[in-house]
Amino acid sequence: MSVATIFEIALAAVVLGLGIWTTAVRDTYSATVGFVVYGLLVALIWVRLDAVDVALTEAAISGGLGGVLLLGAAARVRDAGFMAAEAPGKAARVSAAALSMLTAAALTVAVFLLPDSASTLAPAVVAHAWATGLTNPVTNVLMAFRAMDTMLEKVVLLLALVGVWSLARDSAWGGRPGPRHQADPNGVLVFLARLLPPIGMVVGIYIFWTGADHPGGAFQGGAILASMWLLAIMAGLTDTPPVNRRRLRLLLVAGPGLFLVVGLGGLWFGAAFLAYSPALAKPALLLAGTPERSAQQ
Amino acid sequence: MSLARDMITIIAVSAGAFFFLAGTVGLLRFPDTLTRLHALTKADNLGLGLVVVGLLPQAASLREGLKLISIWLLGLLAGATVSQLIARTARQSERAK
Repeated sequence: MSVATIFEIALAAVVLGLGIWTTAVRDTYSATVGFVVYGLLVALIWVRLDAVDVALTEAAISGGLGGVLLLGAAARVRDAGFMAAEAPGKAARVSAAALSMLTAAALTVAVFLLPDSASTLAPAVVAHAWATGLTNPVTNVLMAFRAMDTMLEKVVLLLALVGVWSLARDSAWGGRPGPRHQADPNGVLVFLARLLPPIGMVVGIYIFWTGADHPGGAFQGGAILASMWLLAIMAGLTDTPPVNRRRLRLLLVAGPGLFLVVGLGGLWFGAAFLAYSPALAKPALLLAGTPERSAQQ
Repeated sequence: MSLARDMITIIAVSAGAFFFLAGTVGLLRFPDTLTRLHALTKADNLGLGLVVVGLLPQAASLREGLKLISIWLLGLLAGATVSQLIARTARQSERAK
């Protein structure tokens, strides 16, 4: 057994143990911290599987952005004392556990039923990379070969956002989502929130740009940009825009809208909806990728 | 030349791993928040720094080396800030008691 195999087995065991611990621990805050560490370790597994793009996404979203959001939610739940009042009953918990176990069992059966050599389109993707001028196969699939899926995904993101908004109380509708954060104006958090965003914005845009040829892309870059914005909000330097602001809504619609325009451009200049002519492929893809981050924010 | 570079890497990364180990032992064994933070800074600053120094001779280009160094600098910034925040919170909750 090689050193790498031993490392992989240890990593898998730690992830499994951490998953069980995160589910079993009673304290919300501990569970959140466990989940963040879990996300970072899963990112390491993706790196071992040579899926660096997925690893970046996992680390940025589950370890970074998701962790911050969950920590905020945990703090609010603790402050408001929801836990004692709204703890689910025994029947709900038992059925939730049964459902989870059933899902896990179904997944296990599905994994064992997989054919040994699955049919794959990966060689075709690599062989046709010349058509777009991008060399990162993941970006090629997301932005060119399966661009329709990505575009619809952005529409789904918008729908999800509307769903979250509509959970607000009637009196709060149209206002700012979430409380206004207060922090000591001379404190460390404010210092970091002034120092880090310029660096983080450069890193985020770099990851977006380099996604054409190397691991990276709009999702990962967008997550970094969004976390920089979140840092500034948490330090009280800026505030979340109110839901009824027209500029915010226009910006949100601009994401899928721009993608749609690029797709219709394919109809005009090229062969079909979302077909890029080879000469214009890279600029068109950049244009189509840009709004992803605005949609995420 | 390659042997010398590999020697630097092995020595520096091993030293870095030792500091990570020491920091982790401190985190588990020290009695209160402030001393535990003190132990963690050894892992963050020295451990990560030594690992980066050890990896520098293996970097293929200047760009790659600069990326490694900026990872260490960002780690330092994040570690220092979070330590300050945790320490302040710990002191406030101690006063509140």
